[in-house]
Amino acid sequence: MIVAVASGKGGTGKTTVATSLAASSASAVQLLDCDVEEPNVHIFLRPEIRGSECVTIPVPDVEMEKCNLCRECAEICAYHAIAVLGDQVLTFQELCHGCGGCSLVCPTDAIREIPREIGTVEWGTAGGIDFVHGRLRIGEAMSPPLIRAVKKRIERSRLVIIDAPPGTSCPVIESIRGADFVLLVTEPTPFGLNDLVLAVQTVRELQIPFSVVVNRAGLGDEEVYHYCRDQGIPIDLEIPFDRRIAEAYSRGELLVEMMAEWRVAFQTLLRSIEERAIRGRALHHEVSR
Amino acid sequence: MKIGITSKGRDLDSPVDERFGRAAGFIIVELESMEYEWVDNSQTLSAPQGAGIQAAQNIAQRGVTHVITGHCGPKAFRTLAAGQIKVVVGATGTVREAIEQFRQGKLAVVTGPDKESHWA
Repeated sequence: MIVAVASGKGGTGKTTVATSLAASSASAVQLLDCDVEEPNVHIFLRPEIRGSECVTIPVPDVEMEKCNLCRECAEICAYHAIAVLGDQVLTFQELCHGCGGCSLVCPTDAIREIPREIGTVEWGTAGGIDFVHGRLRIGEAMSPPLIRAVKKRIERSRLVIIDAPPGTSCPVIESIRGADFVLLVTEPTPFGLNDLVLAVQTVRELQIPFSVVVNRAGLGDEEVYHYCRDQGIPIDLEIPFDRRIAEAYSRGELLVEMMAEWRVAFQTLLRSIEERAIRGRALHHEVSR
Repeated sequence: MKIGITSKGRDLDSPVDERFGRAAGFIIVELESMEYEWVDNSQTLSAPQGAGIQAAQNIAQRGVTHVITGHCGPKAFRTLAAGQIKVVVGATGTVREAIEQFRQGKLAVVTGPDKESHWA
């Protein structure tokens, strides 16, 4: 089973939930940090890194002797990474998504693909947890291919937990695509609610069963609860707004290591997720009935 | 001499659009006769990325020697330069006023972009 932990809003507690979920699993577990722009799972797990690989995307390199300036490459590129002006072909490699369309349509075979480094994937172990994360090259904007490289290392025989990036755009879609279940972590504030609504719309579009974790419960107002009730969205766990939890976080400690009762709570959460995923008791199913 | 001015509207009395790649459109004007045409840029305007590159390619096909706009970023500048098009920034007011300022030499051709990239 693949469980993705996502949120919409940043800083709601995705990593707190993802790491504690992984550490509570009685069976073999793999934890993937797909927030490749700012990975932080390793700060909590302190894994022993056993391997790494450089991740590249193919970008065009034009041989002008072969080019007939037909503009086919510039016209097929949705991202304007290749342009033809006068007798010149310009490439903007940082805009290239690496689809290979330009070299495919080139009638004179003037475009070859060369690799451009976007980041690295590292893997290792922390206690019983198999760990994988990606580190995007600084200044790089093209994170989805790196997220795909992280997810290539998924071993489906295990419980797989994905710590997704915040937001609802391409990196999030790439991270949660293919998951059997999504946990949406929010906080009971107007900001938390606004971004939860966006995240719910995203997950429904992808038709993945999901439930909500409310972090910093006791803070803010009741609107997140009203929204979840009105929409029939189950709240599977509440983590209180508690100074001790914030202090443990600031020391890089796992919630489940802080107090034994949290291990029980996360084991219960895991069982609940498994049941929901299996039964498909997701809201979108209930709504579509 | 034919030049292109980024414009928020379809005629010479429209305000100059200070953006290049994401301008509403371009007024292409023949300076001697002041005959002009409007080139809509709305499709490029909504591009997720590379609007400056696309707009520069479009305007290069119109045979202009200069582009007058508010600001120009590095990718648009590089693309315009490849098309042998000179870039004039800092234009304000209406398109007609910008043309007049350009004629009087009050707007200078720049040798590089005056804005940082929006993207990487």
